[in-house]
Amino acid sequence: MTTVDVVGPGGPPPAPEEEQLPGGFAGLVERAWLNLRTGNLGPFPIIVGEILVVLIFGLTATNFFTAVNFVNLITQTAGTAMLAYGVVYVLLLGEIDLSIGYLAGIGALIVAELQLPGSSWHMNGILAMLIAVAACALIGGVQGSIVAFVGVPSFVVTLGGFLIWQGVILNKLEQRGTIIIQDRWINYTDAYIFSHFAGYLIAAILTALYPISILYKLVVARGTHIAQQNWTIVAIKAVGIAIAAFGTVAIANHGKIITTPEGLPLAGVLIVLAFVVLTFLAKWTTFGRHVYAVGGNAEAARRAGISVPRIRVLVFMISGATAAVGGIIFAAQVNSVALTFPPGNLLLNAIASAVIGGVSLFGGRGEVRGALLGAVLIGTLQNGLNTLNVSNGWIYIITGLVLLGAVTLDTFARRLQARSGR
Amino acid sequence: MSDTPPLLELRNLTKSFGSVQALSGVDMNVRSGEVMALVGDNGAGKSTLIKCIAGTHTADSGEIVFEGREVKIHGPKDSSRLGIEVVYQDLALCDNLDVVQNVYLGREVNRFQILNEATMEQTTSATLKSLAVTTIRSVRQPVATLSGGQRQSVAVAKAVQWNSKLVILDEPTAALGVAQTEQVLALVRRLGEQGLAVILISHNLHDVFETADRITVLRLGRSVGVFDRRTTTQQAVVEAITAGTPTKVAGIATSPETA
Repeated sequence: MTTVDVVGPGGPPPAPEEEQLPGGFAGLVERAWLNLRTGNLGPFPIIVGEILVVLIFGLTATNFFTAVNFVNLITQTAGTAMLAYGVVYVLLLGEIDLSIGYLAGIGALIVAELQLPGSSWHMNGILAMLIAVAACALIGGVQGSIVAFVGVPSFVVTLGGFLIWQGVILNKLEQRGTIIIQDRWINYTDAYIFSHFAGYLIAAILTALYPISILYKLVVARGTHIAQQNWTIVAIKAVGIAIAAFGTVAIANHGKIITTPEGLPLAGVLIVLAFVVLTFLAKWTTFGRHVYAVGGNAEAARRAGISVPRIRVLVFMISGATAAVGGIIFAAQVNSVALTFPPGNLLLNAIASAVIGGVSLFGGRGEVRGALLGAVLIGTLQNGLNTLNVSNGWIYIITGLVLLGAVTLDTFARRLQARSGR
Repeated sequence: MSDTPPLLELRNLTKSFGSVQALSGVDMNVRSGEVMALVGDNGAGKSTLIKCIAGTHTADSGEIVFEGREVKIHGPKDSSRLGIEVVYQDLALCDNLDVVQNVYLGREVNRFQILNEATMEQTTSATLKSLAVTTIRSVRQPVATLSGGQRQSVAVAKAVQWNSKLVILDEPTAALGVAQTEQVLALVRRLGEQGLAVILISHNLHDVFETADRITVLRLGRSVGVFDRRTTTQQAVVEAITAGTPTKVAGIATSPETA
């Protein structure tokens, strides 16, 4: 970088040999300080924000810190997080998908129709869910094709989708009213409760994933940069994941609604599972690499021989599929699909989750974990405000302020990053 | 230069866009281990010519002979299969990806679609080393943090990574400062020394005379002369660019009406 743009409160620009930091705790402190100075904050602010939110509500709301509410929080967040995962992929391309809210409704509607006892097409709930997800992926693919092959901006295409799918839901449900979902498999997506032992087993498996991925890197990528780890950070992450996983299960296992024991709900496992799969897809596969490339510089990607339209269509299919899964979880929560579906401002919550999680609207920057963290933050916030009996108006206002604050912080951090040339 | 047969030979290449005749009979050749500069004024047809070689455009008529046999290039895949790589002026790098990811973009080493980062990183480091690019701190740095010259090095590394035989560089120094220009020119010379055929497109005759072995001049879609760098002057080349004076280099037919 040139010399004119490095003067800042952080002092002199970092020396060029800073890549090799000492290991251990000293290295950790040094790296943390360096990252703070250079605006390389990662998910740190959002985790701090989440802890703050939990503390504030824990101290102010009497029924926030209960196991039952905790399980509620998981199931409420699950649907939004699922949609937000799809949003991450779409935003990584620098596109937007406004149709996902009502696409979630379409997914739920298809499932509700297909499981309807007495109808000629009545089928098993699992099959119905697979069909719904496939159908929404197909719809996403069609919308994506219009973006990729015709060249209509995604904002317009999916705005069209937004209206169309809203219309379809209205047409279908205005005469029919609410469709009750009785199929147990469908309702399980939200409220299947694992036994205490199964819950801990799942926590153990999830805890093991991160160390396994580190081990894999060490073995396969010996001697390269990606194999370099600061062991203190690895240890902190591993312990953090373990605490989060086992803590979640422990609290969930503790809950009781009157006499029915609670436990880890399937919805919670689903979001973590989707998180793992979609992170793997984004970070470890050629497809994921190409998504980042197209979002970073579509022309460069095209010249490198990547089929840009193919990537675009596939990403919109992912977006459609995650929307359907999210919609099914939401429908399972109330065991029905009604005209009020999708709940609240699902679309905006999903996009806000991804953006709060640090995903750039301009493409090429962001991670799937951001969507999860963002959805959890928004979910906790809204859940906590609800338990405090705050009016809906204030919930919107506060959510909006948090969104603004998170994005402003991110913008500042990025400016620092650009200035320090990292 | 000796009598080694050219790696790439263009014979009477033409290309028109509607009524605009962009190339009206271009002859050119380049040998392995040689840096051939391609110069000409704006609109002389330089870009169209390299796009015909790279496969972005298809020539209307004329022959492209590569390694002694005639080839048809219909798309970028054809040219890269032959071992022809183009480094475009705008470099075509993804700022958000790191050096390794850019070098391997579109040709990632993978097994069952799962990336093999270790191989990619090691090979990239080795390629950069072989090009004597030492200023890049880490191959895991995002390209956004690199200087203009470093970005050019990454783009060149990306081009030579694939056992390519011919590398075409489009105005590689256009946006660079003095020191970085020197770096890149040294890099271009090194490519020639390593046995690759290099076509260097440039407006800057100083750069051309510092790196090229021979110089082809294009004027109004026609090749008007080939100069040997050691036996010519900038003055002569400038005259050919502006006035289209034909020169008497053996084996190069001059167009009748410019005589």
